[in-house]
Amino acid sequence: MPKSALSGSRIRSLRTARRMGQADLARLAGVSPSYLNLIEHNRRRASPRILDAIARALSIPPEALDESAGDALVEALRAATVRAAPDAPPETDRAEEFVGRFPGWAALLAQLHTRAEGHERTIGRLSDRMAHDPNLSAALHEIVSAVTAVQSTAAILAESEDLEPEWRARFHSNVHADSVRLANAAEALVAYLDTSGEETGLAAPQEELESWLERQGFHVEAVEDPDVRDWGRVTGGQAELASASSRALAEDWLRRAHADARVLPLTQLMPVLSAMFAPGAVFAPEDLARQFGASLAQVFRRLATLPPAAGVPRFGLAVCDGSGTLTFRRPVEGFALPRFGGACPLWPLYQALVQPERPLRALVEFAGRPPTRFVAHAVAGARDPLRFEPPVVWEAAMLLTPASALGAGPQGAGTEGPDEPALALGSSCRICPREACAARREPSIIAA
Amino acid sequence: MAEDGSGAPDSPATGKGAGHGAGRSVLVVEDEPNISEAIRFILRRDGWSVTVMPSGHGALQAVADLAPDLLILDLMLPGVSGLDILRGLRGHPTSAGLPVILLTARGGHAARDMALEAGASLFMAKPFANADLLAAVRQLVGV
Repeated sequence: MPKSALSGSRIRSLRTARRMGQADLARLAGVSPSYLNLIEHNRRRASPRILDAIARALSIPPEALDESAGDALVEALRAATVRAAPDAPPETDRAEEFVGRFPGWAALLAQLHTRAEGHERTIGRLSDRMAHDPNLSAALHEIVSAVTAVQSTAAILAESEDLEPEWRARFHSNVHADSVRLANAAEALVAYLDTSGEETGLAAPQEELESWLERQGFHVEAVEDPDVRDWGRVTGGQAELASASSRALAEDWLRRAHADARVLPLTQLMPVLSAMFAPGAVFAPEDLARQFGASLAQVFRRLATLPPAAGVPRFGLAVCDGSGTLTFRRPVEGFALPRFGGACPLWPLYQALVQPERPLRALVEFAGRPPTRFVAHAVAGARDPLRFEPPVVWEAAMLLTPASALGAGPQGAGTEGPDEPALALGSSCRICPREACAARREPSIIAA
Repeated sequence: MAEDGSGAPDSPATGKGAGHGAGRSVLVVEDEPNISEAIRFILRRDGWSVTVMPSGHGALQAVADLAPDLLILDLMLPGVSGLDILRGLRGHPTSAGLPVILLTARGGHAARDMALEAGASLFMAKPFANADLLAAVRQLVGV
């Protein structure tokens, strides 16, 4: 069952580019010509060992035939095409051939595109900052005011021939005072721009927090210690948390994770959780919530930030605020959480947001290569449920459990096997191959 | 509101009635003292009678009391927006036709459009040339 047409086609184009016969390559790689023919036509998936032998016979690095690497490269090239030449695209239908024949050039092109996108985002952030930064705006206002006073006063001094001595003295002293003020304002502005350039590193605070958590496998040991209170010590000196705002964000995150850990202590939680993934058992986050007196959102957050444990799958988590903006992403293999822009509106996360306090469970199929199934649990509620004063700040959380981790059994969605109907969804419209989707916002850059 | 409360020297030698102003009155609402002092000096030399207010509070009342021939209004005043004052003036029959020059440190299109929409007769970006301001005052009052 051919899933991806990549490595077979790539082998074929590499071979023909070298003017090598199919029989010759088969002999060098130690497979029969008919088997190689099946591989080249993507009717058989070659084992890693055979791919290795073929790569050696073609004198290319084996990773050049790695399907997932190739897939990513092809998608990156398609993205670059849409961005750079939406009206007159190059030979998009031959992108796979290009990747196969010129892996180095293709990688370079993709890398340049990634860098260009990075620059665009930096520019966007900088111009946002120029337009909305109140400090910058106040500094500029101060400078313009001082310049205006200096210009008008100096013009009077320069142009009034019959200026009375007392007025002349007064205007001289005004110009002096304003020039001092101008110098101070300019100095303050330079100092402000200087430090802020160093500080922010131009990464969004949320990205800094997530890369910090990613390095630790999304599990911060300090939150398990009931006595830790000084979160500044935990976030200080961490390379990823370069800016003050990312450290503040991390401290908020840690305080919440710390509170979650008190309600769901590791030593008590892990045995119960492991048992839920034993053969014949049922994974039910609602039972964890009941047993530990936790909210569902707390259970979701806790499950997504546990240390690795045998028999327990890695969970994914997406949290959004009332605007739908993703405020936290804990990625899971097979379900791509978009880093920028809006996510797929079909996510149960957003369905939960329009039905606050109503827990939702759905079997979903993520449009990836290959498509992957997850059981999604989602719930929305007030971020602070004990707050009477407006405004109500809504928050939704969605836990993603790989369907492959759930054994067969009467546990609702996700356990009836591959024929069970699943909600088809994706990452974000731009990189989603589902052409005919009722929720589509913009065309996809990925050919179906 | 102070006619001349800053301890400044007396009015410029030019007497009332001389110059283009011919004793007509201008109200200046501007929080930067050195800018308003320069404006007052320039206009008085041209024969205008000038009153300066350092803040926007009470500006509407001042216009009603003084009935000036022209208002020079700063857009960004502490605690109150020049635009709000302007809208208030335009909503009142006695001041609906008063010529108003709006001064602002923000010279962008958006600020200009907002100013004109709110009813400014003229939008002037800071810094400005004294001669331009004087010419604008003369032209708007029609002297």
